Amino acid sequence: MSVVHPVATVANGGAPGSTGGDGTNHKLDVSIWRGGKNGRFVSYGITLRESQTVLDVVTYIQRHVDSTLSYRFSCRVGMCGSCAMTVNGVSRWTCRTHVSEVVKDGRLEIAPLSGLEVVKDLSVDMTGFFEKWTRAKGAFVPGPGPSRDFAVVSPDSPQRRKVDAAIECIGCGVCYAACDVVSWNDDYLGPAALNRAWTLYNDVRDAGNDKRLAAVAGNVGCLSCHSQQSCVKWCPKHLNPTASIAGLKRATVKAALAGRL
Amino acid sequence: MAKPVARRNCRNHSNYWAFAVHRISGVVLVLYLPVHFYVIGLAIKSEAALQSFFSLAENPLVRLAETILIITFVIHVTGGLRLLLIEFLAWRDWQKTVIAVSGGISLAVGLVFLFNVF
Ligand code: SF4
Ligand code: SF4
Ligand code: FES
Repeated sequence: MSVVHPVATVANGGAPGSTGGDGTNHKLDVSIWRGGKNGRFVSYGITLRESQTVLDVVTYIQRHVDSTLSYRFSCRVGMCGSCAMTVNGVSRWTCRTHVSEVVKDGRLEIAPLSGLEVVKDLSVDMTGFFEKWTRAKGAFVPGPGPSRDFAVVSPDSPQRRKVDAAIECIGCGVCYAACDVVSWNDDYLGPAALNRAWTLYNDVRDAGNDKRLAAVAGNVGCLSCHSQQSCVKWCPKHLNPTASIAGLKRATVKAALAGRL
Repeated sequence: MAKPVARRNCRNHSNYWAFAVHRISGVVLVLYLPVHFYVIGLAIKSEAALQSFFSLAENPLVRLAETILIITFVIHVTGGLRLLLIEFLAWRDWQKTVIAVSGGISLAVGLVFLFNVF
């Protein structure tokens, strides 16, 4: 259900520069999810400014129209991974998504990230997402005995290259929200946690791979992935969780054949 | 899992379509299986019954249906090979090519069959 907010239509100042990029003022109809899981969309009319991001729009509304609007962000430059939301049906990092890239017929629908419990408005509870990182053994396991020196890992070694390809994850949850298997199977660990497990699997210093493989094999782990690649399609860091998961699939098969699983 | 509050549309890309086509062709083939077993059953029962069934296959509509079936079968096989390729070979960024090749093979086999039956 969609309702129009009582004080919804506000032009943001009409100051010079409040244009849609081609010198004209663009009205933007923004529907924002308000409330918990039984909430509703409320629509706000604002004027689009040049180079505005989706996060800018949300911040504008919170500062100038309704200060009770809840949402989450921190760095605003694509590093912290806290600002992800569903924008016109697609999960996105909002601080680096320009309105002009995603607006459809002057409309923007902004909802909380799917796959996670809504706390209020645009903020979701990320606990389930990060618990799965723990379940996927996403923490480094040191080897026995104290390390006496720095571990030397050549940047050119095949293993380090595999780690490099997957390490830049900011934990935003975009892939998790985009994945069908996550929405079908409550316990599925999801692309981000499995991608994390893959980086540690290739970490030559790590000593936890037996337990890690056991944790990521099976029904809730890598073998449930259908290689649909929605995670790859939407990951804002252009990572390839499907490739990481395929790596884990090969590793589990190898371990099973060797009788280690 | 928490039900999404809003519609979600993260699926419109080639690899998702490849998944969907693979799944649908699989379901179609499963639905066809009873017919397949029925025909095999006829062969066991008597040659006459089998022959009278085969005369059905003279009908152009049945031939068209057969062709569609063959294409569905090849789509499913090439789709499965595609999955094996992208999951069991070290990853390369050529999945779209693999999808195109699977589609091409399916179509080619279908056409060859079509020309043979008519
Ligand atoms: S490739 Fe696997 S993890 Fe990624 S979206 Fe698809 S099913 Fe989910
Ligand atoms: S893999 Fe990409 S989309 Fe998924 S949490 Fe990490 S940065 Fe976000
Ligand atoms: S606010 Fe930090 S990634 Fe968007």
